[in-house]
Amino acid sequence: MIEIVNLHASVDGQPILKGINLRIGAGEVHAIMGPNGSGKSTLSNVIAGREDYEITEGDILFQGESILELAPEERAHLGLFLSFQYPVEIPGVTVSNFIKTALNESKKARGEEPLDASSMLKKMREKMDLLEMDKGFLSRSLNEGFSGGEKKRNEIFQMAMLEPKLAILDETDSGLDIDALRIVANGVNALRSSENAFMVITHYQRLLDYIIPDHVHVLFQGKIVKSGDKNLALELEERGYDWIKKEQA
Amino acid sequence: MKDRLAASYWLHESQYAAMSSSAVTERRRAAMERFESEGFPTVRHEDWKYTSLKKILKAEYALSSPFSEADESETLEFKDIKRFLVNDIDCYRVVFINGRYSSWLSETTHQGFDVCTLGSAWKKYADQVEPHFGRLTEGLGATVQLNTALAWDGLYVNVPAGVTLDKPIQALYFTTGEQPVFTQTRSLIVLGDGAKAEIIERHQSLTEAETWTNAVDEVFMGANAHMHWVKLQHDSPSAALTQHSVIEQKRDSHATVHTISTDGKFLRNNLDFKLVEPGAEARMFGLSLADGQQLVDHHTRVDHLAPHCVSRENYKGIFDGQSNGVFNGQIHVHLDAQKTLAFQENDNLILSEKASIDTKPQLEIFADDVKCSHGCTVGQLDEDALFYLRARGIQRKEAQALLMLAFAHDAVADIQHPSLQAKLHRLIGKKLGVDMG
Repeated sequence: MIEIVNLHASVDGQPILKGINLRIGAGEVHAIMGPNGSGKSTLSNVIAGREDYEITEGDILFQGESILELAPEERAHLGLFLSFQYPVEIPGVTVSNFIKTALNESKKARGEEPLDASSMLKKMREKMDLLEMDKGFLSRSLNEGFSGGEKKRNEIFQMAMLEPKLAILDETDSGLDIDALRIVANGVNALRSSENAFMVITHYQRLLDYIIPDHVHVLFQGKIVKSGDKNLALELEERGYDWIKKEQA
Repeated sequence: MKDRLAASYWLHESQYAAMSSSAVTERRRAAMERFESEGFPTVRHEDWKYTSLKKILKAEYALSSPFSEADESETLEFKDIKRFLVNDIDCYRVVFINGRYSSWLSETTHQGFDVCTLGSAWKKYADQVEPHFGRLTEGLGATVQLNTALAWDGLYVNVPAGVTLDKPIQALYFTTGEQPVFTQTRSLIVLGDGAKAEIIERHQSLTEAETWTNAVDEVFMGANAHMHWVKLQHDSPSAALTQHSVIEQKRDSHATVHTISTDGKFLRNNLDFKLVEPGAEARMFGLSLADGQQLVDHHTRVDHLAPHCVSRENYKGIFDGQSNGVFNGQIHVHLDAQKTLAFQENDNLILSEKASIDTKPQLEIFADDVKCSHGCTVGQLDEDALFYLRARGIQRKEAQALLMLAFAHDAVADIQHPSLQAKLHRLIGKKLGVDMG
C-alpha cells in the first residue's frame, strides 16, 4: 500500500525525520508510537503533503508511485486520509456541506459520478449510526464549538464517508474518554478490510486494546528504532520509553 | 464641477423653492452656500484621507435634474430591471431612473402608511417633511450639503405609530444613458412609535458610462420602532456611490443595517446612528469583497447620547487585486450615556500584495460606567485550515473560497429572509469563485 524509503524531512532547516523506512501492506494495521517530539506528527503531515516540510532525501511510494510531487488534495484523491490531531474549526461551513464537497471532489478527480443528494444523505446516516452520532451534527458548523471527543468522532466520520485506502490516525485517542474511545475504535474496526490499511499514531497503548495492530513501531529522534508485534506496545506501556532512549544513547 | 453644480442650483432656485416650503428652501440655500465655500473634500480632509474623490470627479457628468426633460434612454421596461430585484419576496417597490421616479415600474401605497417618493411628499406631506428634512444632516460634510441643496427625489416612508409594514420595501435607483451622469438621491424615512419596516435598497448602473450617485438618507425612529435595512451594493464596474445615512433612534428602538458590497468601482458609505433615548439598540453588519481597482470605504459613527443604549458593529472585508478598503469606526459615548454597551469589530483578509486596508477604530468616551470594546484584524487565510480542507480532497482554490465564505458568513447570518440570505450566499460564492450548487 505504502512504502516509505529512507525518508528525511526538515522544517526551517531543522532535520526532524532522519531516515524512516516503513512498508504497510493492504489489510494491515501499523501502530507508530514514541515519546513527544520524536517526529510522529511530522511523519503524518509529510505523508499527507503539508508544504511546510522540506523532503531532503528518500521517497514515499503509494501503490507503487511516488507521491512527493503531489498536492495534498491529489493525495486525498488517491485514497490517502489523515485524521488530524487538532481538527480546524471552520465556522460557516456545515459538516454536511464540507463532506459533500470533499467526497464529490474526490469522485470528480477519479472520473466517477458525484453522489446525488439522497444517496449522500443515506450514506451519511449509515455512517453516523455506526459512530453513534446525533443527527443534528450534520448542520453544525465544522468543528466549531465541538468538544475534543466530537472533533475526533467527526474525523472518523469523514474517514468513513471518504473510504480511503490508507488512513493515518494521528493521536485520535488523545482527549477521548473511554466511551468515546470505544466508539471511535469500533468505527475503525468496522471499516477494516483486506483492501485498506491503517497507520495509527499514538502516545499510549490504550487505543491498541481496541484497534489491534499487526505491527508496532517505535519512532525516536526521527527514526524507527524498534519494531515488533502488539506485545511491543504492552511492553512500552509497562516500561515507558526510557529504556529505548538508553538503548539509543 | 463645483461651479457647474452651484450654477445648477442658483439657476433653478426659484423652481426648487416652488417644489417645497420656504423652510426647506432656506435649508437648501444654506447647504449650497456651505458646499460652495468648502468644495468637494480632498485627501487633506481627515475623513477623506484614504479616499480620493479625484478619481470620480474627472468625468464629464450630465447633471440629472427635475427641471430637465427625461431622456428617451431613461425609459426602462420591467424586463430591464427584473434581474436586479429580489423577486421571491413580495415587496413594495419604489424605482428611480437617473434620480427620476418611475411610477410605471413601482408599486407604492398610501393605505395605512406611506411608501412613496420624496418628490411627491414635498408638498403633499409638508407637515412630515418640513420638521425632518435636513435635521440630521445639518452639520455634515460637503457631499451631504450638496445633496441637501439639490435634493429632489428618493424613497419616502412614513409609518404611523404601532403599524408593522405587511411586506418589505425595495428601493431601486438605476442610472442609465450613454453619457456619464451624476445623480443626487435623497430618502426620508419616518417610523412612528412601535412601527416596523424593512427596506432592501440597491443602486444599480445599467450603462458602461461612468455614473456617480450621491445618496443621503435620514431615518427617524420613534420609541420601540424596528427597522431592518439591507443595502445591496453590487453595482457595475463603472459606477460610483457616495452615501451618507443617518438614523436617529428613540427609546428602545432597534435598527439593523446590513451593507453587502461586492461590486462597483467606488463605494463610500457613511452610516451614522444617533441614540438619543435610553434603551435604543443599533446593529451594523458589513461585508466588503473587493478586487481589481475597487474601493470600498466604510465610515461609521455611533453617538451614544443617552444611557443604556447598545451598539454592535461587525464589518468584514476581503481585498484582492489592487483593491483598497477603508474602515473608520467612530463611537462617541457622551457624558450622560452611562451603562452604554458598544462593541465594534472589523476583520479583514488581504489576498494580494497590492491590496490594502486602512482600518481605524475611534472611540471617545466621556461617561465612566460603560462597556466598550473594539478590535480589528488584518490577515491572510489560515494555512492550517487550508491544509485541513485540502487533505480532504478539496482543491486549493476551492478550499480558499470555502474559507473566505466562512469568514464572510457572519456578515449575512442575520439577514432574516432565507431566500435573500441564500441569494447573497450565492452572490458571495460567485464572487469568491465557489460553486454553491
